[in-house]
Amino acid sequence: MTFYEVTFYVLAVVALLSAILVITCRNPVHSAIFLVLTLLSVALIFLQLQAEFMAAVQIIVYIGGIMVLFLFVIMLVNLDVAVRQAPYNRQRWIAGFAALVLLAEFTLFIYQGRDWAKLPPAAAEAVQPNTELIGRALFQNYILPFEVASLLLLVAMVGAVLMAKQR
Amino acid sequence: MSEWISRHPELLVAGLKAGVLIFVLLTAVAYMVWFERKLIAHIQSRWGPYRVGPHGLLQPLADGLKFLFKEDIILTNVTSRFVYLFAPFLSLALALLAVAVIPFGPEEFELLGTRTGLYVADINVGLLFVLAVTSLGVYGVVLAGWSSNSKYPLLGGLRSAAQMISYELALTFAVVGVLLLAGTLSLREIVDGQSGTWAGFLPRWHVFPQFVAFVCFFVAGVAETNRTPFDLPEAESELVAGFHTEYSSLKFAMFFMAEYAHIITTSLLVTILFFGGWLSPFPDTAAWNFTRFLPSVLTAVLALLFFRDAFRLTNQYHRVLTFLICMGLAGLAFLLLHPTALVLAQGPFWLLAKTGMFLFVFVWTRATLPRFRYDQLMAFGWKLLVPLAVLNVFVTSFVVAWRAD
Repeated sequence: MTFYEVTFYVLAVVALLSAILVITCRNPVHSAIFLVLTLLSVALIFLQLQAEFMAAVQIIVYIGGIMVLFLFVIMLVNLDVAVRQAPYNRQRWIAGFAALVLLAEFTLFIYQGRDWAKLPPAAAEAVQPNTELIGRALFQNYILPFEVASLLLLVAMVGAVLMAKQR
Repeated sequence: MSEWISRHPELLVAGLKAGVLIFVLLTAVAYMVWFERKLIAHIQSRWGPYRVGPHGLLQPLADGLKFLFKEDIILTNVTSRFVYLFAPFLSLALALLAVAVIPFGPEEFELLGTRTGLYVADINVGLLFVLAVTSLGVYGVVLAGWSSNSKYPLLGGLRSAAQMISYELALTFAVVGVLLLAGTLSLREIVDGQSGTWAGFLPRWHVFPQFVAFVCFFVAGVAETNRTPFDLPEAESELVAGFHTEYSSLKFAMFFMAEYAHIITTSLLVTILFFGGWLSPFPDTAAWNFTRFLPSVLTAVLALLFFRDAFRLTNQYHRVLTFLICMGLAGLAFLLLHPTALVLAQGPFWLLAKTGMFLFVFVWTRATLPRFRYDQLMAFGWKLLVPLAVLNVFVTSFVVAWRAD
C-alpha cells in the first residue's frame, strides 16, 4: 500500500468511526466533539484530493463556525437532565426495516446505473487554480442556484429572529 | 524507515524547520511575557521584573521552572476527564500550528540537498489555513470551560464562544478587502504584491488603500486573542480566572502560552497582510542600499548598551551575564555582515521589526484600556466592526471593478 492509500484509509476509518460515535454517545458534548472529528477527517480527505480551498472552507465554516454554535447551545441547555432521560429508541424495529429498504433501494439504483452513470476518471494532477475555478463556478455558471440558496438561508434567519422576538 | 526518509528528504527538512520554528516560537512566547511585564511596568512608572538576571531577563526561565514544580491538581469531579485533560494541549497545539505557513523571507537556501525557503510550508491557500486554525482555537477555551464542571469556567467558555464567533466575521470580512487587491490566497504572493512604491517613496503596502480593513482586522484580532479590552472570558473581577480557573501547573501554563502564541501569530499576520511582510520600508534603489546594514548596526548598538550595563550593574552575576550577552550580540552583529547572512537576514529582520511594533501595541492597549462590558462588546462587534468591514468590501470591489474596465 502506498503512503497515499494508507492516509486515505486511516482518514476514512476515523471519519466513519467518529460518525458512528456521534449517534451512539449519550453525552451531547461528546457527540459534538466526534462530529468535529468527522468533519475534520473529511476536510483532510479534501486536502488529500488536492482541493485545498474546500478543505480550508470546511474547517472554517463547519468546525470553526457551526460546531462552535452547536457546543454553545448544548452548554446552555441543562445537560444533566438530558443525559438522564431515556433516549427515544422504541422505534428500533421500524428504523431497522426502513434502513434495510433504503439499502436495497440504493443497491438497486447503483446496480442499474453501473454503465451509464460512471464517475469520470480522476485527474492525475490537481485542478488548478483551485480557488479561482470554484469562484467561477459559483458566481458565473451557477449564479442563480447560488443566490437562491443564499436567499433561502436569509429567509430562515429572518424567520428565526422573528420567532425569537415574539416571545 | 531510513531508506524511506532518504527518498523523501523534503519531509526531514520540513521536520527540522518545524522543530526550529517551534523552539523559536516558544522562546519568543516566554520573552513576550517578560516584554509585557516590563513594558506595563514602565508605562505605570514601575521597574517590573528586575531580580532574576540582568533586567529580569531570566524571569521567563524562573517562571517556567515554577510552573513545572507547582502541584498539578487534576479534579476528580470533572464533566469529562479526557476533555478536561485534552483542552490545554489542543489550545497550545493549535496556537503553534498557525505559524507553520508564515513566510519569514523571500530568500531560498540549500538544506540537506533540498532547496527550501524561510517557511515551514508554502501552501497556496496559506491565508485560509491561518484563519481555519485560529477559528479552531476557540475549542480549547470552550471545552476547558465546559469540562471543568464549575460555574466560572463555564461562563468564561460561553463568553469566549460568543465573542470569537462574533469577531471572526469582522476579521474575515476585513481580509476580503486585501484579497481583492492581492488576488491570491498565498501569503508569499500577498507580500510580493506589496513590493514597489507609490510616487517613489511611499511603499505599496495594503495598509494605505485598506486602512479601514486594517483597523477592523487589528481590533478583531485583539478580540480573537481574548486580550484586554476584550478579555471577558477571563475577567478576574467577575469570573475568578474564567475558563482556566480549574487548571494548575503546566496545564495552566499551556493556556498561557497559547494566548501569547496567538498574539504573536496575529501580529505576524497583520504585518504580512497590511505592512508588506518582509519587505523593507525603504525604496529599493542604490541610494537606500545602506539600509541593508541596519540589522547588523542595530545588533551592535544593543551590544554596546549591554556593554555599558556590564559596568553599571552592582550584582556580580548580573555583570558577568550582561557581559556574555554583550559578547554574543557583538558576534551576531559581525556574523550579520557576512554576505550570505546579510541577504538572508533582511526578510526576517523587517518582518520581526514590524511584528514587534504590533506586539508593543498589544501590550500598550492592555496597559491603557479598561475592559468592555458584555453588551458593549457585542454592540461594538456587530453594530460597528462588521458593517464597517462589509462597507470596506463593497467600496474596494467597486474600485477594483472600475480599474479592471
